[in-house]
Amino acid sequence: MANDPIHQFQISKLIPIEIGGLDFSFTNSSLFMVATVATAGAFLYLTTSSRGLVPSRLQSVSEMSYEFVANMLRDAAGTHGMKFFPLVFSLFMFVLVANLLGMFPYFFTVTSHIIVTFALSMLVMGTVVIYGFWKHGLKFLGLFVPEGVPAILVPLVVLIEVISFLSRPISLSVRLFANMLAGHITLKVFAGFVVSLGSLGALGIGGAILPLLMTIALTGLEFLVSFLQAYVFAVLTCMYLNDALHPSH
Amino acid sequence: MAGSNRPDQTGDEKPGAAAGSPNREQDLVRRSRELDAALAARKPARDETESKPATGGMAGFGQALKLSSEFIAGIAVGAGLGWLIDRVAGTSPWGLIIFLLLGFAAGVLNVLRSVGMVAEGGPGKARNGAGRPD
Repeated sequence: MANDPIHQFQISKLIPIEIGGLDFSFTNSSLFMVATVATAGAFLYLTTSSRGLVPSRLQSVSEMSYEFVANMLRDAAGTHGMKFFPLVFSLFMFVLVANLLGMFPYFFTVTSHIIVTFALSMLVMGTVVIYGFWKHGLKFLGLFVPEGVPAILVPLVVLIEVISFLSRPISLSVRLFANMLAGHITLKVFAGFVVSLGSLGALGIGGAILPLLMTIALTGLEFLVSFLQAYVFAVLTCMYLNDALHPSH
Repeated sequence: MAGSNRPDQTGDEKPGAAAGSPNREQDLVRRSRELDAALAARKPARDETESKPATGGMAGFGQALKLSSEFIAGIAVGAGLGWLIDRVAGTSPWGLIIFLLLGFAAGVLNVLRSVGMVAEGGPGKARNGAGRPD
């Protein structure tokens, strides 16, 4: 159905691959992930290859994205956090480029599938937990014990803090996924109104102007959301990494 | 916003050892540190204006998604943990009941934390500033 707002999220197998009964097919989602990585990589590589002392326009875009993420990381996690810069920068660029690629008509939005965003956030949480334990040992668990809590309440508070910690990857992934999903569905629904109203004759075409304007506005908004969600994802990654670096409770 | 008290970041710009008397050098380091501190004090304000465009019509929607995802994540994890414990220990339904309540508390804590209403008590850890950014 051309008018089905969910149809755009359907996964289709492009190259069916099955290994040991498991489905490793190359899907349209995989295709766009490859496209995302290729686009981000090629953009950064090509724009910085001339290495002009006075940067060209595109080179300064790459440099700005570097500076942007580097400052974000330094603000949230201090200079020690810079060892995680490759991780945070890759995540930021991946989410940003995937969101922006999704804005092309007929393109698939990788980040509108929760399993993708959940995998990304589990990568972050895995890094936090492994690095935290590796660096601080059992002191990392101090993260869950706030100071100044009466001894009787400590078990309860620790349980709540642990649940709160475990809920981080879920809220991190759900936020990105829900924003992209909701945005794209809204866009599709309003664009669908234009078509169905337009087929009603002269009066309908007049009425179709309203949803058309709405669609234009929503498109702009979606670009903003694409950027904002990539930013939020990266900032929260930085803050969680900060917990791994300084479990200072 | 992201860290109102940033750690100092001046480690990488010590002037060369050959430069002048050590006194002068110290002075230079001190001044550059002060400058960094002053710049850092300014920065959050700029960050605020940077993310300001979000506070249009979509801001409420974004805020709602953010807070509800925080809250639901807490409850979901609590319920999941309780269910798992019940399955493993065979204490059904008590694990689910207790952990659902704890998850509720964790969800509320998540929400309060993400809007910066939880004072991260103790002097050593105002580290996340007012709370998480949006």
